[in-house]
Amino acid sequence: MQIYLPIAEMSVNVFVILAVGGGIGFLSGLFGAGGGFLLTPLLIFLGVPPAVAVGTGTNQIVASSVSGALAQWRRGNVDLRMGLILILGGLVGSGLGVMLFHWLRRLGHIDLVISGSYVVLLGGIGGLMVTESVRALLRRRAGGGAEPMARRHARGWIDRLPLKVRFRRSQLYISALLPALVGIAVGMISAIMGVGGGFVLVPAMIYLLGMPTAVVMGTSLFQIVFVTANATFLHATINHTVDVVLALVLVLGGAIGAQFGVRVGARLKGEHLRALLGLLVLAVAVKLLVDLLLPPAEPFSLAAAVGAIR
Amino acid sequence: MRRPRLRIAVGVLLAGLAFAAPSRAAEEPLAVDLSRHLVEITTGFSGTDLLLFGAAEPGRGGEPADVVVVVSGPEDSTTIRRKDSVAGLWINTGSARIKGAPAFYRVASTRPLEQVAPPALLQKLGIGLERQKFDIRVEDDGANSTAYRAALMRLMQARGQYGDRIATVTRPGRRLFRTEIHVPATVPVGIYKVEIHLIAQGRLIGSQETPLAVDRVGLGAAIHDFAYRQAGLYGLASVVLAACAGWLAAWMFRKG
Repeated sequence: MQIYLPIAEMSVNVFVILAVGGGIGFLSGLFGAGGGFLLTPLLIFLGVPPAVAVGTGTNQIVASSVSGALAQWRRGNVDLRMGLILILGGLVGSGLGVMLFHWLRRLGHIDLVISGSYVVLLGGIGGLMVTESVRALLRRRAGGGAEPMARRHARGWIDRLPLKVRFRRSQLYISALLPALVGIAVGMISAIMGVGGGFVLVPAMIYLLGMPTAVVMGTSLFQIVFVTANATFLHATINHTVDVVLALVLVLGGAIGAQFGVRVGARLKGEHLRALLGLLVLAVAVKLLVDLLLPPAEPFSLAAAVGAIR
Repeated sequence: MRRPRLRIAVGVLLAGLAFAAPSRAAEEPLAVDLSRHLVEITTGFSGTDLLLFGAAEPGRGGEPADVVVVVSGPEDSTTIRRKDSVAGLWINTGSARIKGAPAFYRVASTRPLEQVAPPALLQKLGIGLERQKFDIRVEDDGANSTAYRAALMRLMQARGQYGDRIATVTRPGRRLFRTEIHVPATVPVGIYKVEIHLIAQGRLIGSQETPLAVDRVGLGAAIHDFAYRQAGLYGLASVVLAACAGWLAAWMFRKG
C-alpha cells in the first residue's frame, strides 16, 4: 500500500515504514538509546530527503521515547532532579546546535560534518562500550566479583566543582554543572545529527556522572523526550522539514516495538546490553567511514531537488 | 508562498481551456487533447499515466507526418555539488549553480528524432534534453560546465524527473496518433507545458501547446499548507501528536 508524504513529497510503501519504525522502537526500548542514529540514515537510504529525515526523525523519537520513558517511570527508574537539570542543558544545547547547523550549511560542508561526527562519536563510544562490556564479561567468567563500573575512576577535579546537589535516586552528591554541561553537549549533538543523543547521554551518565545503570535508562529517555520535542519544533518552524504523516506511521510501528524492547531489555544483563548496543553503534560508524573513504559511484549530488519547495 | 498562486493559475488555466481547445482544431493541421489536464497528488498518489491523443493531417504526398511530443515542467534553479578525494576522504570540493532547468522533462516521437528532423529544427524547437539551454555557473577547479550539465541529466533521470529515453508515439490510424505520458510519484507540482509538433519531410507544419497542472489535493495538500503557513503551530501539533501516540501505546500495553 502506497502513501504520499506531503512534506517529503514522495510516495512510499506503508509497510516498509511501519517495519522501520517497529525496529527502531524495539531498539530504543531495549537500550534506552538507539533510535535516531539508525533512523536518520535508514530514512535517507529509503530516499527521504536528508533534511526531512533529520526533522522527522526527531519527531519520531519524541513518541518512541515517551512510551519508553513512561514504562521506566512506572518502574521508578527516573531520577527527576537529574532529569530536569539535563533537560535545561539540553534545551540550551539544541538551540545552539540549530544555529551551528545553519552556519555549517552556509559553508557547504554540512554533509561532511554530519558524517564525520557520526564516525568519530559512534566509533569512539561504540568501541569504548564493546571493550568495557567484554572486559566485564571476562572478569565475571574468571570468577572475580562484579566490580562497580563507574565509581572506581579517580574523580578529583569533578568533586571540586561548585554547586553541589544531592541526587537521591542516583545516590550521588555532585555539582549540578556536570549534568548541565552533559545536557548542553547532548542537545547540540541531537540538533546537528538529528538523533535523540542517547548513545552519548547513556555512556556520559554511566562513566562521567557515575549514575547506577538502573536509573540511566529511564532518566535518559526522560531527557530525550523534551530535547527532541524542542528540536522537532525548531525544525518545523525554521526548516519546514517535519513530515507528520511519515512520523505518525513510524510512531505506530515504533510505539509497539518499544514495548517489546523494554520487556526484552529487562531480561538481559547490563554487560550484554552494552555489548550489543556497542556493536550496533560500531557497525553504523564503520559503514559511514567506508562511505567517506571509498570513491562514490556518483561524485555529483543535487543540493536541493529541482522543483521542490524550499 | 507558491501554493496560493498555483491554485489560482490552475483555475484560470482550466477555464481558458474550455474555450480554446475546440475552435482551433477545425482550421489547423493538428488537433490534440490530454486525457486529463490536472494531475492531483492525493494521499494515495503513486504516479499515474496520462493519455495524449489527437489527429494530424498527412504531409504533402499523403505520407503520414511525424509527431513529436515534449512535456516540460516549471523551470527552477538548483545547486549541484561534486565530491573529490582530499587526503583520502571524499568531500564536496566544488559546486555549480544551475538556472533554467525544467523540473520535469519527457519527449515522445513517432520515429527516432534524427530521422524526423534536421538538427537545426530540433535545436530551434528545443526538442531533447541535450538541446536544453541552462545557465550554469561553475565554482570548481576540477570539473567544467559540461560535466555539471551531464551530472544534472544523470541525477534527474535517476529521480525519474527526466525521461531516460524517447518514448514512442503510436499511430492507430493514418491520421490518428496517441502516446502515454508517465507521471512518476516524485513529480514536482506546478504548471507544465505539453508541446506537440507535426513535422513532415523535415519541416515543421504545425505546432500546438496544451497545459498540464500538477497540484496537491485533499489531506496531503491541507497538511502541506498548514506546515508552511503556520509552521509554529504545525511544529507544536507534531510534537503533541507524537507524544500522545507514544503515551497511548504505553497505556494500551499496560492494560494488555
